[in-house]
Amino acid sequence: MLLIPCPWCGERDESEFTCGGEAHIRRPPDPDALGDAEWADYLFMRANPKGALRERWCHAHGCGRWFNVERDTVTHEIATVYRMGDPPPGEDGS
Amino acid sequence: MTPARYSIFSLARNALGYHRNWPRAWRSPEPRPSYDVAIVGGGGHGLATAYYLAREHGIHNVAVLEKGWLGGGNTGRNTTIIRSNYLWDESAHLYEKSLKLYEGLSRELNFNIMLSQRGVLNLAHNRHDLKELSRRVRAIRLNGIDSEILDPEGVKAEVPILNTSPSPRYPILGASLQRRGGIARHDAVAWGFARAADARGVDIVQNCEVTGIDVAGGRVTGLETTRGRIAAKKIGLVAAGHSSVLAAMAGLRLPIESHTLQAMVSEPIKPVLHSVVMSNAVHVYVSQSDKGELVIGAGMDGYNSYSQRGSFRIVEAQIGALVELFPIFSRLRMLRQWGGIVDVCPDASPIVGKTPVEGLYINCGWGTGGFKATPGSGWAFAHTIAQDRPHALNAPFALERFASGRLIDEHGAAAVAH
Repeated sequence: MLLIPCPWCGERDESEFTCGGEAHIRRPPDPDALGDAEWADYLFMRANPKGALRERWCHAHGCGRWFNVERDTVTHEIATVYRMGDPPPGEDGS
Repeated sequence: MTPARYSIFSLARNALGYHRNWPRAWRSPEPRPSYDVAIVGGGGHGLATAYYLAREHGIHNVAVLEKGWLGGGNTGRNTTIIRSNYLWDESAHLYEKSLKLYEGLSRELNFNIMLSQRGVLNLAHNRHDLKELSRRVRAIRLNGIDSEILDPEGVKAEVPILNTSPSPRYPILGASLQRRGGIARHDAVAWGFARAADARGVDIVQNCEVTGIDVAGGRVTGLETTRGRIAAKKIGLVAAGHSSVLAAMAGLRLPIESHTLQAMVSEPIKPVLHSVVMSNAVHVYVSQSDKGELVIGAGMDGYNSYSQRGSFRIVEAQIGALVELFPIFSRLRMLRQWGGIVDVCPDASPIVGKTPVEGLYINCGWGTGGFKATPGSGWAFAHTIAQDRPHALNAPFALERFASGRLIDEHGAAAVAH
């Protein structure tokens, strides 16, 4: 059972949240120029690491807001939580 | 290398010797430096692939590499349910092939897999469920697969202990029933395939973790493992929850997310539940094992995980649903609870086929329902590896479907919403 620190509400039980999967997937800047393989990569291919993963969560049964979490997929340890639009930790986000 | 046949006579003979002289069911060989085919993953699907490579295609120089122990992953962690009541033609044909192979498997492998075709019920709890189930049943019957609709009285006749009164929050309005569906002993499926593959010359190498895939000029040449380098002309990846990790070693990205799916068993009780009962709406599926334990499955955890530990939130929902359907179970105690790592595709259908790397084949994405497909998956995958092209049964399940858009949406086929 996870205890997730919502950036707005503080630590709450996992049952209040829904997970939205991999974070920082960028919309293709020029969709018309994309081939089938690039569309497949954008729509379906996912990072599925055994270790640190950046993902989106929504405090669905709380404030209702989305935010980013960096979590280890083996230990479930949450390394950091940061708001939507903030750069990932250790990167300038450009 | 034919092993001693199991029979009533060998049982009697070994009973006289106090069961001290049974031969080993399979060897535990040191890996050789090279093989024609190396299968990564010694679960049911990998072992079945090796068996059918030897039996159907005459390829005996095969290794199955398993990082832990044989059948110790999802093969030994599922709820053992077998059925072929899938909506779309592609799935129906593949799962029905598997069910047909299961029906002859004990005899073929000379190993009792304890297949019990006791019937699988999928419950409907509202008018929409009923319409959806009757659509499914008709589609399934058009594919020549047995399936029928039961009204609440029919459900009550099949499973008298179900609460079919109008009082539950989600009352039971009917069910679909596949009478040929049922359960089998999951360990026995792995052991039976292992013994039969070993008898045909396949090396089953346990405690051998693959740490790298060697690719030269767009073609696989071998594997780096914790027991040294093993050269192989062809490599099949059959690693379920760890498929993404393995594929990354060959530079491939997969449309797979790994999640925990958990199950539990109760203390053993006298026979009370004859069928397998599944409910999509309230998220639980249950059968009673020959030992008398209830085997109870649930939905999967909603986030990526490799931990093999499920969340208590799921346990709570699963038991709540069970007790609403079967008030008689309310005072049962649970014996064990565990999790497995399932590999889930966006369309809830598997990937069985070739990869962009020559000589590298992949069989994954079975998600929450791979056990029922074990023999059919191995059969089709062995064909794909041996012939270097998919069989008609698994051609629709190629990795390329995510680029072509020909997805096979089977989200509704699972017993629970995922």
